[in-house]
Amino acid sequence: MFDRLQAMLMKEFLELRRDRWAMFRLVVPLLIQTLAFGYAATFTVRHVATALLDLDNSQASRGLISRFVATGRFNIVDVATRASEITRDLDSGRATAAIVIHAGFARDLANGQTAPLQVNVDGTNSNTALIALGYISQIVSLYESEHLPTIRPVSTMDAVPAVELSLAERPWFNPGIEDTWFFIPGIIGTITLIQVVSLTAFAIVREREVGTLEQIMVSPIRPVEFILGKTVPFFLIGLGDVALVTAFGVLWFHVPFVGNPLIMLLGASLFLLAALGLGLLLSTLSRTQQQAFALNFFLVNPLFILSGFAFPIAAMPAWLRWLTVINPLRYFLVVIRAVFLKGVGITVLWPDLSAMALLALALLGLSVLRFRKSLD
Amino acid sequence: MSAPQPAVLAEGLTKIFGKFIAVDHLDLTIATGEVVGFIGPNGAGKSTTIRMLCALLTPSAGRAFVAGFDVVGAAEEVREHIGYMSQKFSLYEDLTVWENLRFFAGIYRVPRALFPERGRFAVTMAGLEGREDALVRTLAGGWKQRLALGCAILHRPPVLFLDEPTSGVEPEARRRFWELIHRLAAERVTILVSTHYMEEAEYCNRIALIDRGRLVALGSPGELRRRNLGGTLVALECTPLGAARALLREAPGVAEAAIFGDRMHVLLEGGGLDAAGLGDWLAARGVTAGKAQVIAPSLEDVFVRLVAGRRAEAKA
Repeated sequence: MFDRLQAMLMKEFLELRRDRWAMFRLVVPLLIQTLAFGYAATFTVRHVATALLDLDNSQASRGLISRFVATGRFNIVDVATRASEITRDLDSGRATAAIVIHAGFARDLANGQTAPLQVNVDGTNSNTALIALGYISQIVSLYESEHLPTIRPVSTMDAVPAVELSLAERPWFNPGIEDTWFFIPGIIGTITLIQVVSLTAFAIVREREVGTLEQIMVSPIRPVEFILGKTVPFFLIGLGDVALVTAFGVLWFHVPFVGNPLIMLLGASLFLLAALGLGLLLSTLSRTQQQAFALNFFLVNPLFILSGFAFPIAAMPAWLRWLTVINPLRYFLVVIRAVFLKGVGITVLWPDLSAMALLALALLGLSVLRFRKSLD
Repeated sequence: MSAPQPAVLAEGLTKIFGKFIAVDHLDLTIATGEVVGFIGPNGAGKSTTIRMLCALLTPSAGRAFVAGFDVVGAAEEVREHIGYMSQKFSLYEDLTVWENLRFFAGIYRVPRALFPERGRFAVTMAGLEGREDALVRTLAGGWKQRLALGCAILHRPPVLFLDEPTSGVEPEARRRFWELIHRLAAERVTILVSTHYMEEAEYCNRIALIDRGRLVALGSPGELRRRNLGGTLVALECTPLGAARALLREAPGVAEAAIFGDRMHVLLEGGGLDAAGLGDWLAARGVTAGKAQVIAPSLEDVFVRLVAGRRAEAKA
């Protein structure tokens, strides 16, 4: 067993060492993707191109406008004088949002009546539109509360004290609700998955294409020995990926790492085993590198979307929620975010860790069974 | 005492891919130390047969024993007792000569104490002394091929399967390769080697001709050549060759017409055209022809005749 495994491992590492571009291919895309995701994957909307039409032109309306400008989230791209200009701005895409303050705004506000304010958003990018709308209503309600008459006329008789509810937001674990804190841990799982699945699938399919796999299959090597020899190097590379992106997230993006690195190592190991199993399975289903590429492409996107990396699993329809159950990335994201931000331990994470262990066992088992030493 | 066990025994060996019958009830017995050449056109089933004998493909029907082991029931034992060279020289291009040898010695579990000597032997055999640390990708075809053979015999298998080992290798390297094969045969290694070079067939103890999955002929080169072609074989120069062949195939008394290089080989079965009248007959039909000469059949003539005979039967 060890003679053959040793021969396999030695060969794999020699090949990796001879491949001058290997280090480049393994590290550079990883860092670029981390940087890209770290900066680009965000739900914060800044500098919304906004068109403005102030038909009231009062102190009150100008006061409201200055609030919008002051947040830095809105760029006034056009100060319109007519409603048609607003429509044109939205149609042409020059503006994403348009704020129209109708005549009588100041008067109605002073009288405590509903003051007419109209907001149009370009819904073609529903995400940005919703977020921009959220900002606008925050700003408006703040403005509104400041202009409410301070003394309410309350009848002295039968006075029922008004119950005032105020919602105080106190987000735990990520008090500033920093998007990067949410995304960087997710990136570790996502990028490692993509890297390890494709490396494993391609490595075996390439041997099949070149013909060396046939030469190995005709030898008395056992499937387990071959598969271990092929996967151990990629397991180590995967761990290196996790460490690299983690270090990058902590040192560059200043994401706090409050948990136990050993739990992270355990989670990463189980996750990598599942990813290797997936890569091996792909390789048993592909004859050529093109097929492996197509399958890989077909698989990685759904894994990514159905992982909770960006889109909450709880919001998915029931049948898709069921699909996420067999997605190892889903569990790893839970583990990794928990370890990074919450610092919780096995007592909390054991269901996710065991789910990954089960998936790893199933996927590796299936690929060992499928990898028979036969060309049939 | 029973008769000595054959190194390779195939009985009714069949492989069907979907609706295509790649190998059709093939019977073959190879004695220990024999060199058997596997000859046949592309797609005849040579590689499929070899792969079944190597336990890489499962036979659809029939059975086969290699070194006494059943290729289906005892595949692992078969693998330990054979060496195999596939059509591609399946070496690791990014590894050096010595690293490739060490890798294959490792997966065949050649004892560590024996490896230096056997590795050395393989290097010498391949003519790669002093180039042990060269990357395989830098070697020319002939050296790669001899190194692949060296890797395939590190565990000293009693049976060797070589699938078109000489394709794409220059003639001098091919000749050296055949010398190696005969040296191994002299040490009682049994070798089944497929090739499409007809002159290589002459190097074999016996030849198995396979066509469309069926064994068409089996015998030593001499036996096959002596086999009665059923007529007189003549050769003549003519242009254009294609038109001449088409005409001759329909001509009276012509059993077979085939192009050999720049000449035409025509098998006359008597009762129609004869050697003397051939040139005039062709000239009358617009083909320039030289003088026809009666020749002794080569192996290639025999194969062409056998394969063409089968084609005609299939049509009828």
